[in-house]
Amino acid sequence: MRGLLTLTWLEIKIFVREPLGVIGTVGIPVLMFVVLGRMFRPVGDARRNAPDLVTTDLPVLAAILIALSAVLSLITIIAIYREGGILKRLRATPLRAHTILLAHVVVKLLFTALTLGAMLLAGRRFYPANIHAPVVSFSIALLFSTFCIISIGFLIASVVPTARFAQPVGTLLLYPMLGVSGLFIPIASLPPAAQALAHIVPLTYVVSLLRGIWRGDGWLTHIGDMAALALIFLVCTTVSARVFRWE
Amino acid sequence: MLSRSVVQVTGIRKTYGATIAVDDVSFDVREGEIFGLIGPNGAGKTTTMECVEGLRAPDRGEISVLGLNPVRDVYTLQNRIGVQLQEAQLQKRIKVREAVGLWASLYKRPVDGNRLLEQLGLTDKRDAWFMTLSGGQKQRLFIALALINDPELVFLDELTTGLDPQARRAIWELVRGIRARGKTVFLTTHLMEEAERLCDRVAIIDRGRIIDIGTPAELVRRHAPEQTVIVATPDGASAEQFQRIPGVETVIGSDGRFTIRGRGDDLVTRVIACVADNHIKVTDFRTERSSLEDVFLNVTGHSIRN
Repeated sequence: MRGLLTLTWLEIKIFVREPLGVIGTVGIPVLMFVVLGRMFRPVGDARRNAPDLVTTDLPVLAAILIALSAVLSLITIIAIYREGGILKRLRATPLRAHTILLAHVVVKLLFTALTLGAMLLAGRRFYPANIHAPVVSFSIALLFSTFCIISIGFLIASVVPTARFAQPVGTLLLYPMLGVSGLFIPIASLPPAAQALAHIVPLTYVVSLLRGIWRGDGWLTHIGDMAALALIFLVCTTVSARVFRWE
Repeated sequence: MLSRSVVQVTGIRKTYGATIAVDDVSFDVREGEIFGLIGPNGAGKTTTMECVEGLRAPDRGEISVLGLNPVRDVYTLQNRIGVQLQEAQLQKRIKVREAVGLWASLYKRPVDGNRLLEQLGLTDKRDAWFMTLSGGQKQRLFIALALINDPELVFLDELTTGLDPQARRAIWELVRGIRARGKTVFLTTHLMEEAERLCDRVAIIDRGRIIDIGTPAELVRRHAPEQTVIVATPDGASAEQFQRIPGVETVIGSDGRFTIRGRGDDLVTRVIACVADNHIKVTDFRTERSSLEDVFLNVTGHSIRN
């Protein structure tokens, strides 16, 4: 336990020491959110019935981008740590394997929360005043979603051999999921094959959960989404525990 | 008097797919010694060491380390051993004192990290990022991390590879210091000079098999007993006298310089006696001892440098 706290705190400090990484993780989703929000900003009377795009989908998109960047950055870090022998060196200490990985998950969740906070603060400056999103519930929903899809990151990190491939492979696997997740096009309007795909794509459940919570749905309405995400977590964690390589 | 064994390896074998990395390897490491596993790259040194450390499980054979089974009791063992891994890295932007602090937090009874850094000459690098350290400084940090739990047994895998000669000598001094504090050191190296200067006993490993084990001097006597004496003299007739010395096998002369090769511990004494008895005028006199390098060449049939 003490090892987990020490390592987590260290990894936070190490992460902050790389300015580009911090800008990429925290800055870019917030910047995108602000820029897109301004572009589609409803003016005058339109404010009263602002389109879904701005009131719901944009915050959900930004939130998902935050989660995905956490997953990608985890994949990259694990790949770099493995390639450099850092994972192996840590494992040759009394640190348990899962402690090392958990420390990274905790760091990613902390930065996810931080980015979300920055996004909400930035949003308050220009967002339609009549929107009262359940900020606390939405944050919890995002952290839960991030925690679950980070397991996909472990799975990708388990099979991608080098750090150089980790980032592109992760990007290629994760971002296309957005297309069928129901965020841009309602799932019902997708071709049948894409609809079937949508049901196995983890991001579909993330979109449904985040969108619902943002609109003010109760948790019980989305128990199915959460169960699906928990299942994805269990499956990915179990598989990666078997195939994960430390060196 | 033989001290007790802290490591006992009996008949281990380890394969990766179709490649046999280590085959029927057996040896002991005794308490308080510096034991070296020596051989070229790819000979199976690291695999063997990592099996002993509990990082890998051998396919076959027995290993006992401080009376423990390194695979089954790996977490107990990790508290009693110190490990430096080949080509290991730390997080690029971790500070030296943070790494030492992290390692100290993982063990029950850590030693004083600041004192350790002082002993290893890293005090003024305490706040430096790992990525800014030189090769020698990184290795000294890894030695510090290996010593943080005051281990009984320290593993050093290719500790000085890639270091310049000066840094290498400094590290050797540190390793002797570890032994002086009563600890046992088990190291691997492909540098024969390092093994010769540092190790009390060495095991030569080649292509996954142990060829021979002994002190460097024993191995030289056993496998490379030839001695060489080089005498420079203007006296051309002396070649005949050198030839008559008992134990001398060849005398090769050119430009007033004779290279006398032979066997026997007292070959040098005999050459000196011959020079004195025959009043040979000598302008230069040099002896060349065989080294572990020659031993390696003789027992494996190939040079360690490939």
